[in-house]
Amino acid sequence: MAEQATNPIARDKSTPWLSLKMREAMEAWLFLGPTLAGFLIFFAGPLVAVVGYSLTEWNLLSQQSTYVGLKNYAHALGNNPDFWHVARNSAIFALGLVPANMALALALALALSRPFPGVIFFRTVFFAPVVTSAAAWAIVWKFLLQGEAGFVNQMLAYVGIDGPNWLREPDWAMVAVILTRVIKMVGLNMILYIAALQAIPRDYEAAARLEGANSWQIFTGITWPLLGPTTLVIMVITTIGSFKVFDHIYLMTAGGPENGTLVLAFYIYEQGFKFFDIGYASALAMIMFVIVMALTLVQLALRRRDT
Amino acid sequence: MTDRFTRRQLAVISRVCWTLALCVVAVPFIFPFLWMISSGLKSAAEIFGAPSLIPRRWQWYNYVEVFTYQPFARQYFNSLYISLSVTVLTLLFASLAGYALARMRFAGAALVGLFLVSALMVPEEVTIIPNFFLMKWLGLIDTHLPLILLPVFGPHGIVATFLMRQYFMALPKELEEAGRMDGLSRLGVWWQVALPLSKPALAAVAIITFLHSWNLFLEPLIFVSSLEKFTLPLALTNFTDPYGVPLWHLQLAATSLAVVPILIVYLIAQRQIIESFALSGVKG
Repeated sequence: MAEQATNPIARDKSTPWLSLKMREAMEAWLFLGPTLAGFLIFFAGPLVAVVGYSLTEWNLLSQQSTYVGLKNYAHALGNNPDFWHVARNSAIFALGLVPANMALALALALALSRPFPGVIFFRTVFFAPVVTSAAAWAIVWKFLLQGEAGFVNQMLAYVGIDGPNWLREPDWAMVAVILTRVIKMVGLNMILYIAALQAIPRDYEAAARLEGANSWQIFTGITWPLLGPTTLVIMVITTIGSFKVFDHIYLMTAGGPENGTLVLAFYIYEQGFKFFDIGYASALAMIMFVIVMALTLVQLALRRRDT
Repeated sequence: MTDRFTRRQLAVISRVCWTLALCVVAVPFIFPFLWMISSGLKSAAEIFGAPSLIPRRWQWYNYVEVFTYQPFARQYFNSLYISLSVTVLTLLFASLAGYALARMRFAGAALVGLFLVSALMVPEEVTIIPNFFLMKWLGLIDTHLPLILLPVFGPHGIVATFLMRQYFMALPKELEEAGRMDGLSRLGVWWQVALPLSKPALAAVAIITFLHSWNLFLEPLIFVSSLEKFTLPLALTNFTDPYGVPLWHLQLAATSLAVVPILIVYLIAQRQIIESFALSGVKG
């Protein structure tokens, strides 16, 4: 076969009219066919379309679509208190979720990266919410966080704390959706950190111990710097995930109370599928696209530097 | 300290303290599941009474009512068959395309790769509005086809393609070349040589794809409107009284039915499942 491949005029018996090289190319396109066709129809096409939609004023109720240039973008990014309120909420959500998630993930990974009796049990427990549907997770926590009669507040009452009505007060609702989302997703980052920790040679630590370093010095001097690339990648994917959060918010608070947890993904859904303001919703989707693309490019650049 | 305890004793004490601390942290991870199962077995009256993990009266009837309140069996079946279809189609198309990208030489290969990678940058939420009009135009609103087509060909399918490509690239070429020498076609080599060697990658893709589809929420919410076409995540939200107030005992019984089978499979295959997610490393 190697001999045939280097001979440009070699031909397969079944297709004598094709050179082997052309035959291989043809086969490759056939293999790629379904994926590429689906990609063009359900992804590339819609992506171009959403750019087009974002430049029109198109209200489904009036059934009319007119070209308005960048008006939808101006409507969002200009002096629109709704949009900036949503942007602020999304930023708070990300700034709360990402550090909490990463710190807890790292702490758990440090505790669970080496074998001890029960290590598998704990890893299994901390990862379990990741495989659970966001819908189920949100339903159960919404139940646990009910006002007076909710389990969390009943437990807090036992120790003398008068718990807030978690999902009915804007600030507490934000705290609640962030914390429950952290518990839901932290297992994933924990696993990535465990893999990175296990890739660090044990000799480094042993050598440092011989030099008389304590555990904290080993962490700050060896472990943390070596985890750097992993930390950056985890930071980016967790941030992207925080901008995409939809089902969790939809089911726990529906963006409320008083729009206190109205974040970007939910706002897009609301404008597009509840108020049918297709042009504006598409412009919002483009803004989300730009944010996520920028973060992804950062991640790809970091991975490349890393390898 | 060291006067009273030997080094070994100290190590044991510190281990015990660590384990206790981990147990405390584990509570918000485990307890929601236990409380869900317990509350799903309580009556509507007991559910907001004094908290108790063991129901005072086991209300097994909740599990009957779940199925009479709405077509829950049908909705369960929908989720099952949609997730299985998505998994099979993703395995097929992702391994075909991944194989071409890993092993076959053709003009434009790099460009195709770059093209597909770009999909990883775009959340489903961005293309969902045009996809809604596309599906409407195709007459597929309130059918299950959008719930199958979009995950298979969307960003998730592309992730699967690249996972397969990575795995194929790491396989030794010699076996496939031997297959060619024995007269297998390209498709034959893919099916009879490459795929059997790629079972770990196929299993990983199958696991993350099935769960992705099983847990999908936004797409069913947008594309499906009739009750008997709902999938599980949507159905769970629908156990409410006419004013939209949740009927918690039913909702939590139904949620248990949706979650517990997945958890059982997870407990049996936790190692494999966790590794699959670590491999994909892009979700969340």
